Amino acid sequence: MTKKAAKKKASKKVSAKKIVKTKPAKKIDSKQQTIDSLVELIRVTSTVVPDDVFRTITTAAKHEEKNSTADYAMGIIKDNIDLAKYKSQPLCQDTGTVIFFVYHPAGFHQTPFKELIKKAVTLATKKGYLRQNSVNSLTGENAGTNLGEGHPSIHFYEQKGSEVEVKLMLKGGGCENVSAQYSLPDTTLGAGRDIEGVRKVVIDAVYKAQGKGCGPGALGVCVGGDRADSAYFAKKQLLRKLDDKNSNKELDNLEKEIVTTCNKLGIGPMGFGGKTTLLSCKITHANRVPASFFVSISYMCWAFRRQGVVLNKNFAIKKWLY
Amino acid sequence: MKRLNYPFSPEAVRELRVGDMVLITGKLFTGRDAVHKYIHDGNKPPVDLKNQIIYHCGPVTLKDKSGKWTVTAAGPTTSIREEPYQWEVIRDYGIVGVIGKGGMGQKTLDACKEYGCVYLHAVGGAAQVLAEKIKSVDGLYLEEFGLPEAIWELSVEDFPVVVTMDAHGNSLHKDVEAHSKEVLKTVL
Ligand code: SF4
Repeated sequence: MTKKAAKKKASKKVSAKKIVKTKPAKKIDSKQQTIDSLVELIRVTSTVVPDDVFRTITTAAKHEEKNSTADYAMGIIKDNIDLAKYKSQPLCQDTGTVIFFVYHPAGFHQTPFKELIKKAVTLATKKGYLRQNSVNSLTGENAGTNLGEGHPSIHFYEQKGSEVEVKLMLKGGGCENVSAQYSLPDTTLGAGRDIEGVRKVVIDAVYKAQGKGCGPGALGVCVGGDRADSAYFAKKQLLRKLDDKNSNKELDNLEKEIVTTCNKLGIGPMGFGGKTTLLSCKITHANRVPASFFVSISYMCWAFRRQGVVLNKNFAIKKWLY
Repeated sequence: MKRLNYPFSPEAVRELRVGDMVLITGKLFTGRDAVHKYIHDGNKPPVDLKNQIIYHCGPVTLKDKSGKWTVTAAGPTTSIREEPYQWEVIRDYGIVGVIGKGGMGQKTLDACKEYGCVYLHAVGGAAQVLAEKIKSVDGLYLEEFGLPEAIWELSVEDFPVVVTMDAHGNSLHKDVEAHSKEVLKTVL
């Protein structure tokens, strides 16, 4: 097949996000339906980057100098995105930490839903949408199912209304390794306990990451919180669409400022040098105790894998969120 | 765009410079943590690595009914983990190229210069594009390490990489870091 034809086919595949219509007359096995929907969510998350990420990468690629190494890397990244979608194969072989965010109505039963998530993860691993990627930290054993202590990571939130919404993030290891947490004040950076201090440590984290997190990257940041919450809230910022606006004016300005400044560092895609070092930066804040001031930075690689679905009352996929 | 075709040699890789975009056609051997540790511990590699290229990669592989292997995902893994061992493998077994991601340190850079070897950076995460360039699986060694850790002998065509450490003591990683450090000073 020619590349053009493959691309054409690839774009067709977008609609391959299945929206399952169930016939009302038939008796529905809601457990099986839930597993099917979750496996489909995992498949799409692992093989297709969300539209907002695709748009951001495509726009950034245009800014690179023609025939430069950065241009070359961005070209390969774009080809890889097309090919993964077309072949319905993982974008990257590191399918990452599997993190679910489940938003549900009051009275929803979390424990049985957890079991269905685990079944879906096992099945998606068998089908090759997820690599056998979960290792026991004490014994080094890999059960081959992606299940184990703390895996997959599942977070539940109660919300108003009657719908269940499931978001999924696959967070790669390379970019997790360059994620960071700072404690302000940081005297080596001259970063104090204020917005300017926050700006400094975030830029420093991007400098330290160089190309090691498979940049161009995207950041989720949390200002404040204790060490654990701060890291978690930072990661949750990666659920925001890359082209959205922060409702907090000050943080919105800071987000833009950090992206512009980081792209002056010249680290570029893969650390080859170039104009695109950072695709986006999303910042939130949480209260802290007077004694501490943490800033957490979650770095996501270009293979930015997140998706989400709204399930209908039969647990079929009603709508895709990204 | 430059080309590096099999058979490889120290002379051919000495022609390459940092920043060169290169398409490799020929043979690659995968090798990551277990393999490097094994060689470091004094074991002879099961294949002759003289004038060969090592690829830091744990591929995802499938065997069909007839017993034929195909590679379904083959992106590079982080190279710096092999820094304690790589220079020895270059010195003792005469490899002329290392493919990986993230770059390597001074010991490897020195060995590249002394013995004629280059570090070739593949695009991290490009598992599908890179797997497409693999035309056949020609051998499997040290299978007991597990499939991702074994040595896979692969034939590739137009496998895209960038030279980020050359045989003349230059490192793009060092240069980019130094440049970004200068900029960092002005923006902090
Ligand atoms: S950092 Fe991302 S793109 Fe790079 S290897 Fe890990 S998961 Fe893949």
